[in-house]
Amino acid sequence: MHQSILGYRGRRYLWAATALAALAAVAYAWHAPPEPPNGGTWLGYTLGTIGAVLILWLIAFGVRKRSYRSALGTVQGWLSAHVYLGLSLLVIVTLHAGFQFGWNVHTLAYALMIVVIGSGAVGTVLYLRYPARMNALRSGANRGQWLAEVSDLDQKSLRVARALPPEFAEVVASTRDRAVLGGSAMALLTGADRSRVLLPGSGLAPNPDQQATLSWLGDQLSRSTDGEQGARIQDLLTLQGARRATLARLRDDLRLQAWLEVWLYVHVPVTFALLAALVAHVLSVFLYW
Amino acid sequence: MSAHYRIAIVGAGPGGLSAAAHAAELGIPHVLLESSAAPANTIQRYQKGKHVMAEPAVLPLRSPLPFAAGPREQVLDGWSRGITARGVNIRYGAEVTGIGGAAPAFTLRLRDGGTVTAESVVLAIGLQGNPLLLGVPGEDLPAVQYTLDDPDEYQDEVIVVVGAGDAAIENALALARRNQVFIVNRGDEFARAKEGNLAGIQKALEDGRLTCHYRSTCARVERADGAQPFVLVLNTDQGEARVGCHRIIARLGATPPRKFVEGCGIAFPGPDPAALPVLSTRYESSVPGLYVIGALGGYPLIKQAMNQGYEVVEYILGRAIEPADHPLLAARFAPLPFGLGVDDTLALMQARIPLFRRVNSLMFRELVLGSAVHVPAPGDVLFRKNDYTSSFYTILAGTVEIELEPGGRRFRLGEGEFFGEMGLLSGRRRTATALAGPGCVVIETPRRELLKLIKSDESVRRGIDEYFVVRALQSSFAPDAAFEDLRGVAAGATLHRFRPDEYLFHEGDEADRLHLIRSGSVAISRQVGGREVVTSYVAAGNYVGEMGLLGRTRRSASARATVVTETVSLDAASFDALLDRNPALRGQVQAIVRQRLDANTRMTANAQAGDLISFFMQQGLGEATDVLLIDETLCIGCDNCEKACAETHEGTSRLDREAGPSFAHVHVPTSCRHCENPRCMTDCPPDAIRRAPNGEVFIQDSCIGCGNCERNCPYGVIQMAAVPPPKPGLFSWLLFGAGPGPGEAPAAKPAAAKDAPKKAVKCDMCKDLDGGPACVRACPTGAAIRVSPDRFVDVARGRA
Ligand SMILES: Cc1cc2nc3c(=O)[nH]c(=O)nc-3n(C[C@H](O)[C@H](O)[C@H](O)COP(=O)(O)OP(=O)(O)OC[C@H]3O[C@@H](n4cnc5c(N)ncnc54)[C@H](O)[C@@H]3O)c2cc1C
Ligand code: HEM
Ligand code: SF4
Ligand code: SF4
Repeated sequence: MHQSILGYRGRRYLWAATALAALAAVAYAWHAPPEPPNGGTWLGYTLGTIGAVLILWLIAFGVRKRSYRSALGTVQGWLSAHVYLGLSLLVIVTLHAGFQFGWNVHTLAYALMIVVIGSGAVGTVLYLRYPARMNALRSGANRGQWLAEVSDLDQKSLRVARALPPEFAEVVASTRDRAVLGGSAMALLTGADRSRVLLPGSGLAPNPDQQATLSWLGDQLSRSTDGEQGARIQDLLTLQGARRATLARLRDDLRLQAWLEVWLYVHVPVTFALLAALVAHVLSVFLYW
Repeated sequence: MSAHYRIAIVGAGPGGLSAAAHAAELGIPHVLLESSAAPANTIQRYQKGKHVMAEPAVLPLRSPLPFAAGPREQVLDGWSRGITARGVNIRYGAEVTGIGGAAPAFTLRLRDGGTVTAESVVLAIGLQGNPLLLGVPGEDLPAVQYTLDDPDEYQDEVIVVVGAGDAAIENALALARRNQVFIVNRGDEFARAKEGNLAGIQKALEDGRLTCHYRSTCARVERADGAQPFVLVLNTDQGEARVGCHRIIARLGATPPRKFVEGCGIAFPGPDPAALPVLSTRYESSVPGLYVIGALGGYPLIKQAMNQGYEVVEYILGRAIEPADHPLLAARFAPLPFGLGVDDTLALMQARIPLFRRVNSLMFRELVLGSAVHVPAPGDVLFRKNDYTSSFYTILAGTVEIELEPGGRRFRLGEGEFFGEMGLLSGRRRTATALAGPGCVVIETPRRELLKLIKSDESVRRGIDEYFVVRALQSSFAPDAAFEDLRGVAAGATLHRFRPDEYLFHEGDEADRLHLIRSGSVAISRQVGGREVVTSYVAAGNYVGEMGLLGRTRRSASARATVVTETVSLDAASFDALLDRNPALRGQVQAIVRQRLDANTRMTANAQAGDLISFFMQQGLGEATDVLLIDETLCIGCDNCEKACAETHEGTSRLDREAGPSFAHVHVPTSCRHCENPRCMTDCPPDAIRRAPNGEVFIQDSCIGCGNCERNCPYGVIQMAAVPPPKPGLFSWLLFGAGPGPGEAPAAKPAAAKDAPKKAVKCDMCKDLDGGPACVRACPTGAAIRVSPDRFVDVARGRA
């Protein structure tokens, strides 16, 4: 019933792309130009035109994706074709260039294209793998529920802490207030925890994975001699432990989500650079012919 | 000593106000008795600033009072001025508790003990009913209130909400945002609440956002001098509990007006709570001199109520005016070949159609007002097999041909007969095509109008049920048998109604009958290793229980209703009679049995798939016709689906991707499932919710924004939304950076937009877009799909 972008409609675009690349390869092998193969032969022109049209069409995917009323296929179908035909460019354009590279605008365009294709391949792999990992991580819950759970645990912790000496409530409140979720792109992508906490005596300390708070609580527990107080600290530890686990899951979820998006920050801007380089490449060929 | 009037009008809603204003302008001694402290209590209770709509647009207004679409305040203001200007004799705080006597000397008893006498009485009390009171000492203290207009009006108060229904929960949740809230529940759970509200309150209780006193009843309300000025004393299992509070909001429901109306001696045609009182075309009830108008009489819109207010005064004075909708009917009847006036045409219709012969004439008039009359050319298609349309047809003249299979045999129906009841009752696709014959004139009645009639008139229900059974047998088992021949077999058939989760039969029971499912659906399950495994799902229009009957053994599986389900069952003897009549039938049924056995063995081995089907059923998908499912192993959370929906539907996404439950990898987002018997449709005053031939349930522009459908949908998929300003096109956004781009949130709404009329919005399955649902087509990964229930088993098997 559900079908991934690779499996879309019996992989019809895989076959199309393979056929296109194979055709190009056969033509290239069969074609015996007088000079070494390059973009200037009739086959070079043909492959170049196909490549340029394909690139323009690949860019048009961004437009189709936003044309919500369009009845021209489905976005999934477009993306399936985008992936396979985009990969076929590797063959078509390399043959178009006849393996001739140098320090010029032509090779720049080629390099940019490789970056776009490479990032696209990375993105495709991420799209195929990460959702299942996020699904396993979530097991039916969602981010909103986790956030609610964390704030619930915060409240419960505070209630328990209030029955203990005042520094406990201070540490719990500070743990809550100085917890950091997300933040910079780097923090998101690495899932690093930049939280901090104000601990009595030692001042503002980093609190990665909420460990500083838990250690402090453990420390207090080991020093506690009053049985009732000990039981309370134990409760607090359990609550804070659960809170840490939920936060870690949230951070993991955000990390996966960030990776699902970050590659597009390479794919799309480099696409624009590629478009510029492609225009320069085509113009220079025609001007200096 | 009580005052005496020519006309006493009870209830100052639009109907009563208009009647009183007309009486005043004619100089007739009258009194208008209103239980609340201001005119038009129902409209007063609309949400502040609500845009009141003046549907039906084609109906002219006939009243001395003004009424046009506009904000609630403006409408109310116009009426206040109007009644003052005309010198209407209105008494506030005058709740009528009973009406005795007879024309021309009725006695109206008031709650405060006073009485009023009158020659004629007009009842215009609407349907809202009077709120049930706490009924304990102290209930008259200012702390107690029965409505909540604006929850944000209160802050940092302690508020007790009494009641466990939807209204109580909604109020409590809204108040809990800014106040400390207690909710008092007589039982130990919130059994009457809708799914969404239930989840909401449970979450809030878990989070400690509010506190519930279970198994508690109110004992009394007292003043106090603590931090809170009042105390509500509760009787609980542990004895008395005292809750200090600033205010108490009692949401205990309302007394339905029917009891009061019956108490006045007015007859109802049947016991159904939705039945309407018996009225003449002049709005006179079964008690001469006692008239009923407005919502109470079955006319749910303001303009209709106002027109009737005017007309009823005319009728009381003995003048024969034509109702305001007369020209509408005249226009509708113009193409008819009979050359008769409106009243004669109506009479002819009732005379010719046995099903409607005994229907009360005012009700029939309303039915026709809501219906269309067609004069199709011979051969014209009235509806097609597999369409989802649900209107009901009666033949006024000529013939209609019914074709069960394309190109197959046709049945001829003649004058006075009806058809289309299958689609109407089951909410499923049409099982046949209907074509006009020579001289054909048909009345097409929308589903809602007919259901209203069925609820009020037993004779119509019985007439339809009888036909339904015979036709169901015919289309399922004996397409070649003549209708009359099957009547004998039908005598062995019984109608059943099952509640959700009720069993039709259990595995191991003796197999004695077969069930044809007429509405709802059934899950089939078997005991495997001590646990119930669902093996399939059977939708309306199919039958279950045939396996046992063929071999006359024991049930090999259990059948359980997934939603409210109606079946027609056939005992073994009658089934044998059918088999004798049609030898080919045995082969057909055996083929189905083989198929099902096959599927069962496959599914029994695949318990996980069965669990997924069970999950679908728990989510109410058993009554769905088309549902959005998201595969969480494919979804990248890009929300392109929601963006596509918003972009193609006035800026509001009708689906909430993240909300809704998941099981295994499958997520059921909050989005309309296009139910077979949509509950959103049941109480829509302008009948704006319709079903398109392909099954899409959609809302028309005539929506008045009353919010009934939002409350009635058990799946919380309807929202009330204002229309946002238009966005720039794709290229002006790309090139010139104009306004919010595609998929981005609309620009912050200008202040004026806050008062823009809000209307109900929901998924319409993009029925007006080429290519189908935008959400599915916009999903880049193929995670979002829409499926119909007959493919649930495939989905389950594919994913497991
Ligand atoms: C939220 C909402 C929005 C709506 N929006 C619209 C809209 O935009 N356009 C539209 O056309 N329709 C709308 N409707 C429907 C409309 O409100 C009703 O059709 C209309 O109010 C019916 O008028 P009525 O005179 O029959 O009864 P009501 O308006 O219900 O009036 C009955 C009056 O009788 C009084 N009363 C009741 N019992 C007694 C008694 N025993 N003694 C004395 N007085 C009594 C009540 O206090 C009340 O004032 C809406 C309904 C709702 C609930
Ligand atoms: C020169 C070649 C390519 C160009 C010019 C190109 C261009 C684009 C553009 C313009 C978008 C739209 C981004 C957006 O609007 O959000 C896009 C999206 C995408 N591309 Fe490419 N692309 C190329 C090759 C590839 C290849 C080879 C792959 C895969 C192997 C690929 C995979 C993707 C994917 C997965 C998306 C994201 C879809 C989404 O989330 O909406 N691309 N590409
Ligand atoms: S709006 Fe609700 S009740 Fe109406 S069809 Fe959709 S899911 Fe069913
Ligand atoms: S469009 Fe598809 S991938 Fe994106 S959020 Fe919706 S279901 Fe998930």
